[in-house]
Amino acid sequence: MELFLHQVLAGLATGGIYACVALAVVMIYQAIDHLNFAQGEMAMFSTYVAWQLIQWGAPFWAAFVAAVALSFAAGVAIERIVFKPIRNAPVLSHVVVFIALLSILNSGAGFIWDYQNKNFPSPFGSGALFGQTLISRHDAGMIAVTLMMLALLHLFFRHTRIGLAMRAAAAAPESARLAGIRVGWMVALGWGMAAAIGAVAGMMIAPVVFLEPNMMLSILLYGFAGAVLGGLTSPGGAVLGGFAVGIIENLAATYIPVVGRELKLTIALLIIVAVLVVRPSGLFGRAVMTRV
Amino acid sequence: MSAMPQSPDRPRPAVPDAAPAPAATGGRPRAWRAVALAGGLALIVALPFCVKTFFVFQITLAVIYAIAILGLNLLTGFNGQFSLGHSAFYAIGAYTAAIMMDADIPYVWTLPAAAAACFVSGFLFGLPALRLGGLYLALATFALAVATPQLLKASFLEHWTGGVQGISILKPDAPFGLPLDSDQWLYFFTVAVAAVLYLGAVNLVASRTGRALIAIRDHPTAASAMGINVALYKSLAFGVSALYTGVAGALGAIAISFVAPDSFTFALAIALFVGLVVGGVGSIPGTLFGGAFVLFVPNIAEHFSKGAAGAVYGVILILLIYLMPTGAAGFVGWLRRGLAPRSAPSHE
Repeated sequence: MELFLHQVLAGLATGGIYACVALAVVMIYQAIDHLNFAQGEMAMFSTYVAWQLIQWGAPFWAAFVAAVALSFAAGVAIERIVFKPIRNAPVLSHVVVFIALLSILNSGAGFIWDYQNKNFPSPFGSGALFGQTLISRHDAGMIAVTLMMLALLHLFFRHTRIGLAMRAAAAAPESARLAGIRVGWMVALGWGMAAAIGAVAGMMIAPVVFLEPNMMLSILLYGFAGAVLGGLTSPGGAVLGGFAVGIIENLAATYIPVVGRELKLTIALLIIVAVLVVRPSGLFGRAVMTRV
Repeated sequence: MSAMPQSPDRPRPAVPDAAPAPAATGGRPRAWRAVALAGGLALIVALPFCVKTFFVFQITLAVIYAIAILGLNLLTGFNGQFSLGHSAFYAIGAYTAAIMMDADIPYVWTLPAAAAACFVSGFLFGLPALRLGGLYLALATFALAVATPQLLKASFLEHWTGGVQGISILKPDAPFGLPLDSDQWLYFFTVAVAAVLYLGAVNLVASRTGRALIAIRDHPTAASAMGINVALYKSLAFGVSALYTGVAGALGAIAISFVAPDSFTFALAIALFVGLVVGGVGSIPGTLFGGAFVLFVPNIAEHFSKGAAGAVYGVILILLIYLMPTGAAGFVGWLRRGLAPRSAPSHE
């Protein structure tokens, strides 16, 4: 029983990382209606910017705010410069552009800051929380930040006019345009917000996994998995999904003998696919009905 | 949720279907076609004797990628199902070939075996995939791609797969004492296999089955109302698609004469997908362009800048999508419409 509890707690700690990323994934999904494969690399790049600012002597929180603001601007710029001209291209072409962005950011970060692991400071300290060795102060802080972002997003989307306009633009672009919403700018705003949330996620994750250009590749996978498991239409579901993936991954590695360390990822993904087969819109997502 | 508004499984009809393409050239004078065909054949035959051995090898690989992309195109372009997991079928094909050749079975027999193995696994994977549309299918196939290298490394399969080490095999020599080195021979072998597979694909798409697949892509509900067994045809599409990709994998294993788990990562699945889109979703000739792109453009990018090759690659990719948003096939179609004499009907 104690082993079980320990594994669940350890799972929560890693799940916090995935939840962070899953939230960013859902955010952009709300804005542009598809998954952004470059999301992880955008977060990684923002984290590098923050790291550079800290190296230049900025205090942590100043660097944090600056990185988030810069990421927001960069997200808007990417939408305006890269995606606006190909708005009418098929969706699959958009996905290829995501892949191109991923490649550019990944290789660009490696080119500018090289591929050595870098230490990223944690604002919460790295000691254990309440003498518990499983959840560190940083893990707890990260989980708190994730939940706080979730609450803010909820308020933004449910209780502000612009949040409502963004949801409308994503759900029914043409009707939204007829209602006087500037759909193009709503999409750009969504990109900006997703980039900013990604930046927060990156800065929370970097102290755990070290900063390097490939740090987000596998984490993004788990983030996608968490987001889809929870339901792409539900930010709260995505966060829960992220935690669930962390816990499932740990429990599978402990209790299924064949799995061990080497097949952890495979099992987590298998379970997700199994969930999807039973509940195709995720655990907390709305089923989308279409009229024919 | 099978039809989310944005679902990527609905390539826009801006891309001309390959089905009418062969017929469309029928308007040209016959003689020109014959000359073009003969010229093309002569070029294909002469090529391996005019260029360096390594370039012959590269062309062979490009054709192999083109076959794999053709497999993906049958699924995505003609049946509207999205896959980021075709590296898994490529790996199954490659490992089937390698394991059989390791057991001293002639390489020619590995192709039908790889085809059968991949058809079955693709068909079986297609069954649960029936429940998933759009993004969710993308995620499920993505999971498959990610799991593949881990499974290949797994200790309980190590006896067959050779674990992390992989399997080395011998490159086959030309049979019947033909005066060709093994790279040249493999080039001809691959081109011959590709010709058969491409003919098969063209006929499949133009057949009753092909029309059923396209109908399912365009409107699943209408297709099933017309009596098409949607579940069966979707699973079949997965199977056939996996078959093509698997044969490509087997050819790839023979050509490179080595297989290892890390050759079949998610990066391969992404490469195939990029090849599909730049070639043109729903275009059979476009896959050849896609295969060449996948093989050569990363090398070209590295030529520009060693340190930031990935960035150059990304920029090339974005420029290409700007220039031809619907892939090479869409671009050629656009040129043709632009250059066609006024009297010709404007849509083809």
